[in-house]
Amino acid sequence: MAKFIKKEKSDIPAIGTASLPDIVFMILMFFMVSTSMRQTDRKVKVVMPQASEVTKLERKDLSSYIYIGTPTEQYQAQYGTESRIQLNDSFRTIDDIRDFIAAERENLSEADRPFMTVNIKADADTRMGIITDVKQELRRCSALKIMYGARSDVRK
Amino acid sequence: MASKKTPEINGGSMADISFIALIFFLMVTTMDKEQGIARRLPPLPSEDQKVEDQKVNRRNIIQVKINASDRLFAGNQPMDVSQLKDKIKEFLTNPSNDPNLPEIEMKNVEGLGMVPVSKGVISLQNDRGTTYSKYIAVQNELIRAINELRDDFSMRTYGKKYDLLDEDRQKIVRDAVPQPISEAEPKDVKKK
Repeated sequence: MAKFIKKEKSDIPAIGTASLPDIVFMILMFFMVSTSMRQTDRKVKVVMPQASEVTKLERKDLSSYIYIGTPTEQYQAQYGTESRIQLNDSFRTIDDIRDFIAAERENLSEADRPFMTVNIKADADTRMGIITDVKQELRRCSALKIMYGARSDVRK
Repeated sequence: MASKKTPEINGGSMADISFIALIFFLMVTTMDKEQGIARRLPPLPSEDQKVEDQKVNRRNIIQVKINASDRLFAGNQPMDVSQLKDKIKEFLTNPSNDPNLPEIEMKNVEGLGMVPVSKGVISLQNDRGTTYSKYIAVQNELIRAINELRDDFSMRTYGKKYDLLDEDRQKIVRDAVPQPISEAEPKDVKKK
């Protein structure tokens, strides 16, 4: 009898975990390849509009981001619910764009400067007034390559 | 030789270490796809340069306006966004040689020879109150119209879609079917 019980126990071997590191490494590699580092904390709510004719940004390192949208809840007490501009990590105004662009340009190598792209990520409900102001300011700084951030939709 | 074998490194904690690395990457990265509608802004006219009214023939220009309540007008005609693409395609191709639609000019495109190129210009105007989503939707339709024209053109010339052409040929197609979207100086579009 004792012999019988013992036999049944050894029939169910433990699952081998030797390949667990490999599996986890594989997931890790997937995430490292498919994601990008988060550069800034979003302080504005941005739900980008949908578009079907989107193009992919070729050089991520050459782009600077301007976020436009309503402040997220935790900042609403301080900054209100009007659409605001976020540059880097803080709320800014139109007048700060000039310095921001100059600083971003400074960070790039001489050869890459003409290819700098300004990525405007604006919320779908933003009014065009603020975006027009931003565009005018960008023209004044001669940062002419821009990209309107949009999500791609499946319709094609 | 003190020992014959070097002791094997214990690999049991490898899984834990890589889990920590995995969780770190999950937290600090985003999966945002960096995509959007790429445009080029026109340079500001320099101070001393007189703002000359570019004499563009009236027939060569179509005005696409979006007013503060997100209504779309193309060529002074109210329309839905879904109709805009065909309107633009008709405007840029002028299939029936309508005298009210833009002139078509034979132009020498490098690498291909003489090609009929439309002289039409799309002028996009929006109000300060227009929502961004509507503006993008309209931009998207304009670009879609032009992309379809480019596809048609490259189908006719090379028997392939624009996306599948090589770099040089894409440039030729881009020259033959330009993207003449002009964003005028900001001007409020009054409600009709």
